[in-house]
Amino acid sequence: MPVNPDTKMTLGYCFIEFNTPQEAQNAKEKSHGYKLDKSHIFAVNMFDDFERLMNVREEWEPPQARPYVPGENLQKWLTDEKARDQLVIRSGPDTEVFWNDARKKSPEPVHKRPYWTESYVQWSPLGTYLVTLHKQGAAVWGGADTFTRLMRYQHSMVKLVDFSPGEKYLVTYHSQEPSNPRDASKVEIKVFDVRTGRMMRDFKGSADEFSIGGPGGVAGASWPVFRWAGGKDDKYFAKLSKNTISVYETETFSLIDKKSMKVDNVVDICWSPTDSILSLFVPEQGGGNQPAKVALVQIPSKVELRQKNLFSVSDCKMYWQSSGEYLAVKVDRYTKTKKSTYSGFELFRIKERDIPIEVLELDNKNDKIIAFAWEPKGHRFAVIHGDQPRPDVSFYSMKTAQNTGRVSKLGTLKAKQANALFWSPTGKYIILAGLKGFNGQLEFFNVDELETMATAEHFMATDIEWDPTGRYVATAVTSVHEMENGFTIWSFNGNLLYRILKDHFFQLAWRPRPPSFLTAEKEEEIAKNLKKYSKKYEAEDQDVSLLLSEQDREKRKALKEEWEKWVAQWKSFHEEEKLARQSLRDGEVSDVEEDEYEAKEVEFEDVIDVTEEIVQESM
Amino acid sequence: MRPILMKGHERPLTFLRYNRDGDLLFSCAKDHTPTLWFADNGERLGTYRGHNGAVWCCDVSRDSSRLITGSADQTAKLWDVQSGQQLFTFKFGSPARSVDFAVGDHLAVITTDPFMERNSAIHVKRIAEDPEDQVDESVLVLPSAEGRKRINRAVWGPLNQTIVSGGEDAVIRIWDTETGQLLKESDEEVGHKKAITSLSKAADDSHFITGSLDKSAKLWDMRTLTLLKTYTTVVPVNAVTMSPLLNHIVLGGGQDASAVTTTDHRAGKFEAKFYDKILQEEIGGVKGHFGPINALAFNPDGRSFSSGGEDGYVRLHHFDSDYFNIKI
Repeated sequence: MPVNPDTKMTLGYCFIEFNTPQEAQNAKEKSHGYKLDKSHIFAVNMFDDFERLMNVREEWEPPQARPYVPGENLQKWLTDEKARDQLVIRSGPDTEVFWNDARKKSPEPVHKRPYWTESYVQWSPLGTYLVTLHKQGAAVWGGADTFTRLMRYQHSMVKLVDFSPGEKYLVTYHSQEPSNPRDASKVEIKVFDVRTGRMMRDFKGSADEFSIGGPGGVAGASWPVFRWAGGKDDKYFAKLSKNTISVYETETFSLIDKKSMKVDNVVDICWSPTDSILSLFVPEQGGGNQPAKVALVQIPSKVELRQKNLFSVSDCKMYWQSSGEYLAVKVDRYTKTKKSTYSGFELFRIKERDIPIEVLELDNKNDKIIAFAWEPKGHRFAVIHGDQPRPDVSFYSMKTAQNTGRVSKLGTLKAKQANALFWSPTGKYIILAGLKGFNGQLEFFNVDELETMATAEHFMATDIEWDPTGRYVATAVTSVHEMENGFTIWSFNGNLLYRILKDHFFQLAWRPRPPSFLTAEKEEEIAKNLKKYSKKYEAEDQDVSLLLSEQDREKRKALKEEWEKWVAQWKSFHEEEKLARQSLRDGEVSDVEEDEYEAKEVEFEDVIDVTEEIVQESM
Repeated sequence: MRPILMKGHERPLTFLRYNRDGDLLFSCAKDHTPTLWFADNGERLGTYRGHNGAVWCCDVSRDSSRLITGSADQTAKLWDVQSGQQLFTFKFGSPARSVDFAVGDHLAVITTDPFMERNSAIHVKRIAEDPEDQVDESVLVLPSAEGRKRINRAVWGPLNQTIVSGGEDAVIRIWDTETGQLLKESDEEVGHKKAITSLSKAADDSHFITGSLDKSAKLWDMRTLTLLKTYTTVVPVNAVTMSPLLNHIVLGGGQDASAVTTTDHRAGKFEAKFYDKILQEEIGGVKGHFGPINALAFNPDGRSFSSGGEDGYVRLHHFDSDYFNIKI
């Protein structure tokens, strides 16, 4: 540190030399801008920078314009003429993307790559990107006809990723096991801008700060830790920690109003899929003195839109309907003796004035609720309930025939082999699936008519996924089981289209589609005039199938001809060797079977016995 | 198709063989007694007693008078078919696995397993006209190229000039009977990837089919060892056979009970799968066995076939007229 010889005070600067450039860089980052006191701030620069800045040219030269290279059309897959959907599967070391071609009844490959990802793959919510995970971080892939790497995001040892619903941001998660097993693991979360790859913000902390609010996922934190508000704007995301809800907005990546919301003992939060409304749940406190409560909060105003106190509640789960119109809260209540629980639903009608709440209880109050699912884009929901080995399935509508304001039961199916519900993304159809214990029973059910379209089975199925259009369903057996890994594609009404077997099958995911641009009226119009359109497509289908069968026939003819050649050759060999064979058999003639035996039927009569019997003549 | 269930063996079946006339069916199992049945109605005629170990394979002479069996008790025995009397015993130092009569029935090829310090080997024995004159010595012994790997099947080539063998090392070899030289080996790239469990010849000895644990069966030319066709399935293949009448092949197999943690809840799932020989496509399957299928055989007239399984049952199927009209 140079010192002024006269005043014996430092000149106010010093030079520090480090062992490695990284250390120097680290030190600069950490100490640059450090406030010594109110009026003195550290300015730290690299020594090399001085040279560079000194050598700046006097004259300014305009930078050369790079020729405009238009980017690839990332949405090209949506313009497929045959309106097919894409599917990604992981089996063994390979990851493959292909078209689901139902006419050809086989998949058509798009791209295949071994070791494309080091753990799993995930589509972005609108289907534009495919994200893969690697040791150094995450990468997104996409493109017009094939998958090229669009961007990389550095986050070493990333474990999980999540997209914002509008695909603007990518959240990556990494956790590190602590050296002391008593400590919580350290968690690091980064938010990147997808297009540019820039890290917008990172969050560091221990797992405790991130883990409250749900069953433990990977390494203790339940993922996704940051819940994004609905809609394509990607404006807000929220994090749940002890007694606080932190809502961030993406303009500045800081907390709204610069502070988190304090909500004592909040346990769960859930965004509406379409609006920026947050629903939260606070369980019972003080041994029953303070009842549990469910509240709806509008963001960013933080105004509480609706609140309800729930009594004797042990647990609850919140289910939003896909268009944000309804919220179902499943509450488990203690019975008077506090020994067992029974379940019911609180149904919030979000879009109506004052958000009315309706309470729904099952016919048999003691039935345990096994599964619940809203109809996407619809007004109905399905519940699987019951205690017996074969539970019941009930369907309810938020509208009754006469009055739109009350929930009504549409019907109950008794004793079904089902433990999971999969609605078609367009509503109307549902698969009642019996996974795990039921070993892969599938029932394709039409909820409009309340009748079963088909029952089928995919033995030991572990996953069921509808395609984004609701036309096809994929059922898969993943490598949880040793045998029969692979997947099957069915039509929406239960026809088996094709089955592909792949050993070591890990993952299957349809490529999502962005929501349609058609208005609701246009969609209704098309649904009404479906017959007109279907004629055109049927004709197309016929053409394709004719073409395919032509190709098939050609192939078969070729194979048969090849075979005939072989047979002719063998026959000639056989003839040549005939004499040699005879001698081997000591002169026994003819190994040709046809004239060996002649079957002749001979009938002959054999008189066994002769008897005489006198018949009395009656008068 | 009416299946006839024949329960006579107490242990899993290992091999099935029809005689040339197609009226007799011989079955071998792990219960030491090969059994003789009528091929038409499944009526049991009798058993051949004498072996002390599992019987792996058998073959019957052209005139249906002699039966040869290979067994784990380190012997291969010659029997009189009609009386059930033992005619001769060939003694070996290790279990005998596969037996096959040559054209003319004067020679037989027997393979032995690797056992203790012995390697697997292929033996050729002369079969005398008169059992009194039968001697034990081998005419030819081929030390196996695989050494410690089992040879699962060895059969005669056309005119007894060659011997074709296949086994645990997944390689098919063709040997010259005259000199004992190894003539050909199957190509590693196109060949099987796991042990070859079964081998079945065509009626005119021109081609043969092999079944393997790699869940596939392959069709080869007997003279040149060219790979002609491949048939893939979902289960390891234990037995293969070809129809002498139509262009069909049948595969049988299944996961071993010890190797699988969950089996299909539908009992009787193990099926014999029929494939079109030329198009390599599956035509259909015949279900019914309660365990993996270990043995398959087609009646020489092509109108019926039988399958033997791990469950100890032999199922005899006579085809309906629909079978003969199958078109893809």
